[in-house]
Amino acid sequence: MCTVCGCGENEEQAHEHPHDHSHEHGHHHEHAHPHEHDYSKGEAGVHVAGLSQSRLVSIEQDILTKNNGYADANRGYFSQHSILTLNLVSSPGAGKTTLLTKTIEALDNAFPISVIEGDQQTANDAERIRATGVKAIQINTGKGCHLDGHMVGHAIGDLKLKDQSLLFIENVGNLVCPAAFDLGEAHKVVILSTPEGEDKPLKYPDMFHAADLMILNKTDLLPYLDFDVEACIDNARRVKPGIKVLQLSATTGEGMDNWLNWIRAAREFSLIGSPTSGEV
Amino acid sequence: MHEMSLCEAIIETAEKQASIQQYKSVKCIRLEIGELSCVEAEAMHFAFDAVAKESIADGATLIIDKVPGQGWCSQCEAKVEIKQRYDACPICAFYPLDIRQGDAMRIKDMEVI
Repeated sequence: MCTVCGCGENEEQAHEHPHDHSHEHGHHHEHAHPHEHDYSKGEAGVHVAGLSQSRLVSIEQDILTKNNGYADANRGYFSQHSILTLNLVSSPGAGKTTLLTKTIEALDNAFPISVIEGDQQTANDAERIRATGVKAIQINTGKGCHLDGHMVGHAIGDLKLKDQSLLFIENVGNLVCPAAFDLGEAHKVVILSTPEGEDKPLKYPDMFHAADLMILNKTDLLPYLDFDVEACIDNARRVKPGIKVLQLSATTGEGMDNWLNWIRAAREFSLIGSPTSGEV
Repeated sequence: MHEMSLCEAIIETAEKQASIQQYKSVKCIRLEIGELSCVEAEAMHFAFDAVAKESIADGATLIIDKVPGQGWCSQCEAKVEIKQRYDACPICAFYPLDIRQGDAMRIKDMEVI
């Protein structure tokens, strides 16, 4: 299901309609504006000195208008069904999938969970998630370096999400491109692992600015690294004042409770006054 | 290389606007790109030429007007020019600053036929 573009389950039908429409429009235009031919034909045929056929049209639009439209539709769907959606972003190898599998196990079926996995190739991550027993769908972006609102809209339809559930979107491992593309999530959660160095927030400010929560993962490796935790947090807050920071190790389980509590609290918050809570 | 996706979005806008604003081809597209936004102008030009091929904007010129970054320093109570999101106030060295300008990326206008 894709509420904005109308494509999806009924793919063939959906594509026939726009084709018919654009065809008709094309004809109308030619008939409606014969006056264009009265003036300089410029590049269309006859050249008249001093007269240019080109004109300036004002657009005044954000480049991401279309993506934002898809994202808004997704957000509306999540809100309608009281679904908390978290968009997990990081560089490749920061531990997103391990964090996810450990999180799913620790939440222990307290509420329904689904996962959208984004990678350029392979379904490895979705298989790792499915092994925990939750529903997962893999989006392969091919050459694409990020998920966008449209891809996620289609995945939502395929997942048939339950009301009041939790949806994790594991974005393509990349600290640059996913920053700009809103998917309709409630929060972007950026995961930074300690071997990456404390200056990552300054090197990739857009991503850290877009996130509401930073998870400092692989804290179990701190004794072996020259990593300044305080400097890292200061760098993150320099880019995003007020960003929340949690330190944990998904592998050893240290610090996981804070993360689980943050998820539970965010979910409770998303349910208050929601259409499915019965309190409206 | 999200510049490729952004260029695709620009071309889609150009094609969609063609029926609304009634034109047949695009000669020039002017963008306003904030210096604090996630866009690299070089990459944008490179991607645009590739994406525009065989579209309504095939061969069109892409003009990128850069919009300087501007922050608000709550200590100085002044607007100050910044180069990065995390820059401190050049007057009093305070940070973080409140971003007031330079993080947007917009299609301003198009020269069309």
